[in-house]
Amino acid sequence: MAAALSFEQAPPISVPLRFLLTAPLFGIVFGVFLLWQGPELVETRGGFPALAATHLVTLGFMLQAMCGALLQVSPVSTGANVWRPRLVAWVAHTGISAGALALTAGLAAERLGWLRLAVPVLVASMAFYAVVVLAALLRTSARGATIAALRLAVGALAVTVALGAAAAGAFAWSWPLPVAQLAPVHAAWAVFGWGLTLVAGVSYLVVPMFQLTPAYPAAFSFWLPRVVIGAVIAWSVAHMTEAGAGVRSMLGLVLLACGAVFASVTLRLQRRRRRKLTDATFSFFRIAMISMLAAVAAGVVLPWAEGGLRVRIELVLGILLLIGFFVSVINGMLYRIVPFVLWLHLQKRMPIAPNMNQLVPGARASAQSRLHLAALACLACAPAWPPLIYPGGALFAASCAMLEWNLAQALRVCVRLSAAARGSAP
Amino acid sequence: MKNISDGMQEHHKGCDEQFAIAEDAAGRGDWAACEAAFSRFREALERHFDTEENVLFPAFEQRSGMFGGPTQVMRMEHTQIRSMIAQMEAAVKARDADAFCGAADTQLVLMQQHNMKEENILYPMCDQTLGTDAALLEEIERSLGAAA
Repeated sequence: MAAALSFEQAPPISVPLRFLLTAPLFGIVFGVFLLWQGPELVETRGGFPALAATHLVTLGFMLQAMCGALLQVSPVSTGANVWRPRLVAWVAHTGISAGALALTAGLAAERLGWLRLAVPVLVASMAFYAVVVLAALLRTSARGATIAALRLAVGALAVTVALGAAAAGAFAWSWPLPVAQLAPVHAAWAVFGWGLTLVAGVSYLVVPMFQLTPAYPAAFSFWLPRVVIGAVIAWSVAHMTEAGAGVRSMLGLVLLACGAVFASVTLRLQRRRRRKLTDATFSFFRIAMISMLAAVAAGVVLPWAEGGLRVRIELVLGILLLIGFFVSVINGMLYRIVPFVLWLHLQKRMPIAPNMNQLVPGARASAQSRLHLAALACLACAPAWPPLIYPGGALFAASCAMLEWNLAQALRVCVRLSAAARGSAP
Repeated sequence: MKNISDGMQEHHKGCDEQFAIAEDAAGRGDWAACEAAFSRFREALERHFDTEENVLFPAFEQRSGMFGGPTQVMRMEHTQIRSMIAQMEAAVKARDADAFCGAADTQLVLMQQHNMKEENILYPMCDQTLGTDAALLEEIERSLGAAA
């Protein structure tokens, strides 16, 4: 027990930062890709360019940031010290970055060679990451809803990668696999099994922490990740066995209901916050939870929609979940994790380090949150009027560029002050 | 106080409450209210740290034989938190809302991640190691209660 709880805690600063500073760059690429593809991208949903766009966000931005944040959060909050964090970070960061680029290039250009490169790179790096992080999470003797959620989330990540590799392998090597069934099952494991479970587990810690809200109700925290994983398994079985449309719709609604309950409980807790001052992170969380509720509303009407309308509603649902929910939550988290990690680094090297707000001024973070909201509004409406993809893509790229600039400026100050402190050391 | 976790967690919440009042008052420019709440916050936090450093941690270290582990890291973080308290205090004296809110924002994250480690890991270890040592629980309660 003593070894697992050594409280060595925070990993070296380079471990989370390499992921967290790379994620917005993929966001910029995504925005530019939308501009390049134009309205056709919306009209040909499900085609290869749309898959490429989706994976620029899900792999390049979301998975990148989530893996980096988890390497920082799990040792600090649960005592789960990851084995050789520098090596794990190097492998995962290189694997995700190179794999995301190769996969999206392969999908966008329909080049099998790139897909054949991407699949082993992503599978090897993510399998290594999942095994090492899961081992750390299983070894810690910490208890509670967060640790259980994180364990389930990392397990779901492994399943997501395996399913994604199978679907990609069916294209790349013509494996005889049912891609039409595998693809939505892969997406459900990614969005709900890994994504929602991880966000819930981390929110149990950070929502009360950032705004001094009451804790999430114990029974809710305990059951939510378990119900999500159970529903994803049931939904997967229903899809793979081609169960009736009614059963699949019902299980899909159970998954969406989990998202709706999580968002509602989070908004309710935030309304009861003791800390009155709000900041960009608070706004991002609100945008995320409202987007989740809007996505659920889209999901509820989906079974009754047909033809072109159904396709458009599915697209709105996807945009609200990925850009509205996940990108917003991650963006908000970046504004807490990056300045705090930099501040911790600096305060060990100088008597009075600039505080987090001096490293990333609140006004700049808030301005970026408004850009993000404008981008989200355009993109969520693009399925109804495809030309909106132009302002949506441009605003999203601008928002991610500003995010990168805000974080990189903080890093620059940190590097400069660290060098000055080294220079003046006796 | 049923066990160590419950009592110490409850005291964390009391500190948070005063912190939130002080921060809100500084944001509104109500320096009298800010000063009063900040002073209560500082006293409660100091009492909490004293209780840990002089009563709880030594008892845990003696019983578990772990002298250089979690408790050492917690003591180090107490020093960091005290340093931020000094910055907040200087901002209160200078009536500088930006400086106060900036320091408070960092203090909040620092303090909450510290509390999280204690509540999720260290206090349960203390409960496990020290059990329901009635004399110790009473001493902790007395030490914390003196802040009120």
